[in-house]
Amino acid sequence: MSESKTPDQAVQRPDFRTPVGRARGLGSGKTGTGHFWWQRVTAVALVPLVAWFIGTLVSLAGADLATVQTVIARPFNAIAFALFAIAMFWHAKLGLQVVIEDYIHQRALEVSLQLLVTFACAAGALASLYAIARIALLG
Amino acid sequence: MLGTLYRLQITSVMSLMHRVTGIIASVGAFGLAWWLLAVAKGGDAYASASACLGSPLGTLVLAAFTFALVYHLLNGIRHLMWDAGMGFELPEVYRSGYTVIALAVVLTAVIWFIALRGGA
Repeated sequence: MSESKTPDQAVQRPDFRTPVGRARGLGSGKTGTGHFWWQRVTAVALVPLVAWFIGTLVSLAGADLATVQTVIARPFNAIAFALFAIAMFWHAKLGLQVVIEDYIHQRALEVSLQLLVTFACAAGALASLYAIARIALLG
Repeated sequence: MLGTLYRLQITSVMSLMHRVTGIIASVGAFGLAWWLLAVAKGGDAYASASACLGSPLGTLVLAAFTFALVYHLLNGIRHLMWDAGMGFELPEVYRSGYTVIALAVVLTAVIWFIALRGGA
């Protein structure tokens, strides 16, 4: 043992792995910013969509079923509702994922909740798209 | 306890509120999917959905969803501006924070004032 080594290093066995070998498994080198980026992309999309959504729903307060269906079936509104549903459930999935990662420290429960959130958000988005398509196309 | 050892600040409280309102808005997203399905189905499905949302409890839940969504939207814009490198000085952080809280309360009140009058 040379004098320059710290006590910690002195008890370790020599590491013959390559730098790439040591780095593998410690994190992503390709999709590490993907979560951050898509959270921001969906957030930017949701700024005008949420404003439009609230305005549309307020204008429908007290309206009857036929009026609600007619308004949602308008091409602009049907497409905006579809975009809103996709962006919101995607954004919700990304946000809930981080909350679970931060607060649930029991591995089996954490993975189960991540699967539940992913499946539920996918189902919520698809159910919304199905309903919008049915309102817009079948009246 | 956090409150006795560590003085709560608007910065940390608003950050926590962003998470809480995000979770509430996520629940609201499923409420929207359920409402859209009721509108698509029509008839009894829409009638029972309307009765549920129009009840005192339903209205209260809708009001909570409205505040959560408006707060999360406004504070989200604040976060996006930070991402763009704007408003990082402490006085600016406090000013934007108080602006978001005040606007969220006012906008929620305006939305419900118009909605309860029977739509715009």
